Amino acid sequence: MPSVLIKNNMREEHLPHIWCPGCGNGVLMRDVASAIDNLGLDHRKVVIVSGIGCSSRAAGYMDFDTIHTTHGRAIPYATGIKLADPELEVIVLTGDGDVSAIGGNHLIHAARRNVGMTVVVFNNNIYGMTGGQYSPTTPRGEYGTTAVYGNIDRAFDIAALAFGAGASYAARGDTYHVEATTYLIQKGILHKGFSIIDCASICPTYYGRKNKKGSAVDMLMRQKTHGVMAEHAEKMTPEQLQDKQVIGVLAHTNYPEFTAEYQKIKDGLRGGKKDGQK
Amino acid sequence: MVNKRELKLQPGWCKSCGICVAFCPKHVLELGENGVVIAHREECILCGQCEKRCPDYAVYIEEEEADNLWVKLY
Repeated sequence: MPSVLIKNNMREEHLPHIWCPGCGNGVLMRDVASAIDNLGLDHRKVVIVSGIGCSSRAAGYMDFDTIHTTHGRAIPYATGIKLADPELEVIVLTGDGDVSAIGGNHLIHAARRNVGMTVVVFNNNIYGMTGGQYSPTTPRGEYGTTAVYGNIDRAFDIAALAFGAGASYAARGDTYHVEATTYLIQKGILHKGFSIIDCASICPTYYGRKNKKGSAVDMLMRQKTHGVMAEHAEKMTPEQLQDKQVIGVLAHTNYPEFTAEYQKIKDGLRGGKKDGQK
Repeated sequence: MVNKRELKLQPGWCKSCGICVAFCPKHVLELGENGVVIAHREECILCGQCEKRCPDYAVYIEEEEADNLWVKLY
């Protein structure tokens, strides 16, 4: 019998999951489950939406109303679900390639409209499922199956990208800092508006092996030594922060949420309450 | 009354990645042929590092509610 958290939030009959030994996605999926559990959300009011890729397999394991959609289009499906019933807590589980390459446009426009959903990115810096091709978050100079002489492109910072496009909550977590990441996801779920939590996963099978990062344990220890909490990072100089990964809330603003604004227009057209009227 | 806590394994879920073995501060866990085994249970301090780090949910600390334990005892 698995632990209570797993039993209450996951489809036990589908476990063990398909991910490779040492893959960070399992830890991140449990962080999402813990966040939902800690907040005491009604299971019938939570919808998990995912796209395609290693990370997006998560929807199949989580015991909620789930939908496994087409590549890169998890956010449009989630927008539809949120508009159909704004009471629902819509959580999108997606990968770095899914959200920033194939679904890049959907990400920036959902962020711009500030649609009330929580996007958790399982960012493993590579396309794992298809065999290790470099993704938009593969750092410059690193290797992939399609970058045998090194990647020449600069990497996307997904949290900063979404915030630049108008997301009202952007945070960064990772696989090592379990409690911090769970807390950041909780904050994202509670936030009214588009929230994105970019979580650094570990891929020992492709990204780790192609770039000589060592075993899953070595990759986790790297996250430990390179991760800096946002509060602490404020006191550090740019030189000290050079190869560090900042963990925490990177940006948090309040802006009217899309479905609430849409409801106001609907109410106005029905001749009922207008904006500002009681 | 303090809740009863116990280190447990989920059979068949371990993929032998070795993360729990590396993070266990008391070297309680070891890798066997078919995944992780509890080699020195008496050393375990129930810190929960293994449960927190395991990506496959194969090792965890089971907590028994004090009330249930009371019912069992009497």
